[in-house]
Amino acid sequence: MSVVVEGKNIIRDYHIPGSLLRPAKTVRAVKGISFSVERGKTLAIVGESGSGKSTLARIIALIDQSSGGELKIEGKPIDIAKQKPSRDMRSKVQMVFQNPYGSLNPRQKIGDVLMEPLLLNTDIPAAERRRRAEEMLVKVGLPAEHFNRYPHMFSGGQRQRIAIARALMLNPTLLVLDEPVSALDLSVQAQVLNLLRDLQEEFNLAYVFISHDLSVVRYIADDVLVMNKGEAVEQGTREELFAAPKHPYTRELFAATPITDVEAIRERVARRKAMRAAAV
Amino acid sequence: MAILTIRNLTVRFATSTGSFTAVDGIDVRVDKGEVLAIVGESGSGKSVSMLAAMGLLPDTATVTADEMTFDGKDLLRMSPKERRKIIGREITMIFQEPIASLNPSFTTGYQIEEVLRYNAGLSKKAARARALELFRQVGIPDPEEKLKAYPHQMSGGQCQRVMIAMAIATGPRLLIADEPTTALDVTIQKQILDLLMELQEKSGMALILITHDMGVVAETADRVQVQYKGKKMEEADVLSLFEAPKHPYTRALLSALPENATGDRLPTVASFLEGEVNR
Repeated sequence: MSVVVEGKNIIRDYHIPGSLLRPAKTVRAVKGISFSVERGKTLAIVGESGSGKSTLARIIALIDQSSGGELKIEGKPIDIAKQKPSRDMRSKVQMVFQNPYGSLNPRQKIGDVLMEPLLLNTDIPAAERRRRAEEMLVKVGLPAEHFNRYPHMFSGGQRQRIAIARALMLNPTLLVLDEPVSALDLSVQAQVLNLLRDLQEEFNLAYVFISHDLSVVRYIADDVLVMNKGEAVEQGTREELFAAPKHPYTRELFAATPITDVEAIRERVARRKAMRAAAV
Repeated sequence: MAILTIRNLTVRFATSTGSFTAVDGIDVRVDKGEVLAIVGESGSGKSVSMLAAMGLLPDTATVTADEMTFDGKDLLRMSPKERRKIIGREITMIFQEPIASLNPSFTTGYQIEEVLRYNAGLSKKAARARALELFRQVGIPDPEEKLKAYPHQMSGGQCQRVMIAMAIATGPRLLIADEPTTALDVTIQKQILDLLMELQEKSGMALILITHDMGVVAETADRVQVQYKGKKMEEADVLSLFEAPKHPYTRALLSALPENATGDRLPTVASFLEGEVNR
């Protein structure tokens, strides 16, 4: 088993500049998190807003710098604060964002969207770029004829497929997915989750999957990291975590997640009936 | 007994490419003291049908219905003046984006007092006292201070509590909540849903909960109406719907829930409706 990405004690501070009446302060958004993801595996990072999960995602995706700790991609330490990552390194890690309406340029045809990573990072000739882009469109479940269409001609689910296709153009080993299905309808969400599973198998991809939705995490993750206020409060395999959550915050998350279990509904309906009868 | 009855509601929007039917012959009935969930995905017309009942749609919308009555009063044929006595007083509504629903330029206290003075007819002083009482009732911490706060100084969950306080200020008999927890974290969602249910149980008002989330439906509704592309697919009490969904679309929605996954792949709605979805 080869480890694709490894983080040791990752820290991120944000500096809030002071003003006349307010002293400057430092907010530690990520407070020393360690993790590792192997090829073909999915690490889900779960947390609520303000937990630092997206900050961590952007550090792993080499978009933002960390303030401390060590990040290794395929065994090589990398710190974008000190050194610009090589094209090769950039190609290995790609990101998919939450909002497929915001992450595609409305003026760019989707064929160009898909070819751009190749244009910027490789010396592949134009005809080959086009061939690969068309091939990738088909892989994510869109017809190659859609090559010349603009993003507004696609639904949210189709756009997310395009964003995933773009992320895969450079044959990455790691995809960082920041809430990739949160903006999608349930039926479309199922399709995109299925697609992500298929692609993971085909390309032996490692996923870092950011989500607030425990039912999605349970479906897709191998390992889970629960974040709260910048700290990893619990880490473990999916089976361990879902069978016996240890940390109080994890338990709170579980308790707050609505469930569609028929027995639970039956109990609730009976409670409501009893209460009404008592009120009359 | 029904408090709101809508029969054969159709809403069309005039667009540059012709008319678009957002709601296509929908019936809605909610009884006194009942919690009705209207569930559907985007484009199902779930919000539009309720905005039509509230009279909040823009001029480009054409609303027709065989019947639209609130507590026996005909909403279709009453004058706008009469309608305003009902809307915002007896029927109130809260929306998905709590921070955007509030006016950023005024304090939350000013905004709730406005409701109390114009819709509940209270004096300035009485409105202030009642506002504080309502803030306490909906569980806003430090209510005296929060009355003086602007929306941007409060969290999303707190803003939704303010919206709920405003919505129950007039003692409505029907509260329509349009995706009230969709923009909120799951632990906050639970608090807000618990609050809505508690208020509903105490006051006996009817509640229409518009949502896309089957989990929210399971934890709140008495009765459920499933909509798809402007049409009603199925209507059932909550237990029957989850226990034995009748319509293929409902079955598809339930099996698309990741927690119901059997094996490696999630069944998709498309596989049930043979390519009807996401064309």
